[in-house]
Amino acid sequence: MRILIKIIIFLILIPSKSFGLIEVDITRGNLDPLPIAVSPLSIDQNSRQNFEKILKKENIGDEISKIIEVNLKTSGLFNPLNKDAFLQAPDIANLKPRFEDWNLIKAQALITGKVSYVDEKLRVEFRLWDVLAGKEMVALAFTTVPTNWRRVGHIITDKVYQRLTGEKGYFDTRIIYVAEEGPKTKRIKKLAIMDQDGANNKFLTLGNELVLTPRFNPTSQMVTYLSYFRNLPRVYLLDIETGTQEVVGDFPGMTFAPRFSPDGKKIIMSFAKDGNSEIYTMDLENRIVEKITNHPSIDTSPSFSPDGKFICFNSDRSGYQQIYVMRSDGSKVKRISFGKGLYGTPVWSPRGDLIAFTKLHKGKFYIGVMRTDGSGERLLTENFYQEAPSWSPNGRVLIFYRETKTDDKGEGFSAKLWSIDLTGYNERMVKTPTDASDPSWSSLLSN
Amino acid sequence: MKKSFIRNIDQGAIMKLNKILKNTLLIVFACFALSACATSKKTSGQMQGDVYTGTDTVEYLASGVPDRVFFATNESVLTTASRETLRKQAAYLRKNSKITIVLEGHADERGTREYNLALGERRANAAKDYLMTYGISSNRISVLSYGKERPVDSGSNPLAWSKNRRSVTVKAN
Repeated sequence: MRILIKIIIFLILIPSKSFGLIEVDITRGNLDPLPIAVSPLSIDQNSRQNFEKILKKENIGDEISKIIEVNLKTSGLFNPLNKDAFLQAPDIANLKPRFEDWNLIKAQALITGKVSYVDEKLRVEFRLWDVLAGKEMVALAFTTVPTNWRRVGHIITDKVYQRLTGEKGYFDTRIIYVAEEGPKTKRIKKLAIMDQDGANNKFLTLGNELVLTPRFNPTSQMVTYLSYFRNLPRVYLLDIETGTQEVVGDFPGMTFAPRFSPDGKKIIMSFAKDGNSEIYTMDLENRIVEKITNHPSIDTSPSFSPDGKFICFNSDRSGYQQIYVMRSDGSKVKRISFGKGLYGTPVWSPRGDLIAFTKLHKGKFYIGVMRTDGSGERLLTENFYQEAPSWSPNGRVLIFYRETKTDDKGEGFSAKLWSIDLTGYNERMVKTPTDASDPSWSSLLSN
Repeated sequence: MKKSFIRNIDQGAIMKLNKILKNTLLIVFACFALSACATSKKTSGQMQGDVYTGTDTVEYLASGVPDRVFFATNESVLTTASRETLRKQAAYLRKNSKITIVLEGHADERGTREYNLALGERRANAAKDYLMTYGISSNRISVLSYGKERPVDSGSNPLAWSKNRRSVTVKAN
């Protein structure tokens, strides 16, 4: 049993280990995703009718298993098998799978489960099975309000992902971003939020003023962003549950490029005055403002290391945009990017070992990662324009935005969100109802 | 991005200098000098180097007083033409002492959003400093950076980008 799990983990991890090149890897499709069967969650007649009344979904068990399938497929690490080939009925499979049947369709793992209506709540139980060993790997049950049914699908996916990869999942999460509409010269921008899979999209501002660069607090449902409210570009703090917001600090000029500290207690940002941008922090409890950098160049795009001890940032003190790392008190400033081209938007991985960045070289934009000392630079994707990577909370996937080149008439502009695996595999467009930019990934909402 | 090749040589040179000299100030000067050479190399139509010299997008604060100045890629240095424009603006503002202005700094789309916000602010301040040396009080001038958020030309080509790298003087009252 233990050996088998190791083999499965091995299968998943191997592809990521075969990379380590400094060039962009644009070859795709070597990955061998794990075949997995997601048996629809079974549901009794009574529960089914009750959920249909509340949620207007004919079979909530089917719907939840569809969410799990889409999540697994999108991760690029799993290949959910076609349900038409399943031989066993969902309710029986959940009691005791006939492993020969699942083996026959080449499933290596199997998810089964059951949804029921209990005291006006949604109770779900699910099991993850190792088909080859014929054993149960995970069994869990939990209860929630019925309207949380999509999250149920995401939480199950997180548990399955964690059991099979050894890493935490990133499915029960949300993405805040800037929704864009209108011509390039008069773009209307609104804050928007959606589930990681694009569901439950909501606009948080009306588009009356320009808004940019929203970022989640890693510990709560707070967001910091830049708003041009009354034509004064300032960093704001927004509580997305209550909708209340406030200006961060009292600066006599533009504040921008905000981000939270890993403990969520400080905001780090740039303040521009007299042609010079410096990095500051503000403590959200006692409102104390600290100046971190002190240099006549542009210092911006700061991001804390997950232990809070270091800050990576963007500076042109060498004459061009490059990435620097310093202690969180501003001491020991050290340049870490030395490749060809310009480097911007450094973001420290939640795992702590890598910094993701945007690179501009010979008229092309790249999203890449390097170690925190600048070694091991690896470019993941090349395009006409793309920038602003944001890490999934497990440090496995990057989401960023990409803009298209306009034609001779200046038309055909679009901005979209894209995600890519840390290995450079599995590049995908993230669907949004409008054009989109500046994505920021939340922490896991549960556990 | 015809300039990018030249920039890379710059960077190579900078790195070598870094090793030899270990003197950051010198490096900054060297780099300004090199990029100044690069921008004054060629003249073509509506651009000199990669600074816009045309009048397509220019509006006027008053007759003969253009409202904007243009910049080279990643630069906030005022060109000779820019200084001439700003002297005209200063003369106009001295004559009309009740007018207050906003200097709106902009960048092209070929840079990261946050850096461009800072760059727009730096460009608008370059214009502000120059107006101040010609007698315009700083309390008549406010500065607003739009970064790359408000291009005048939606094209994705060097000429469009050169029109978008600008500081625009706007009457505030």
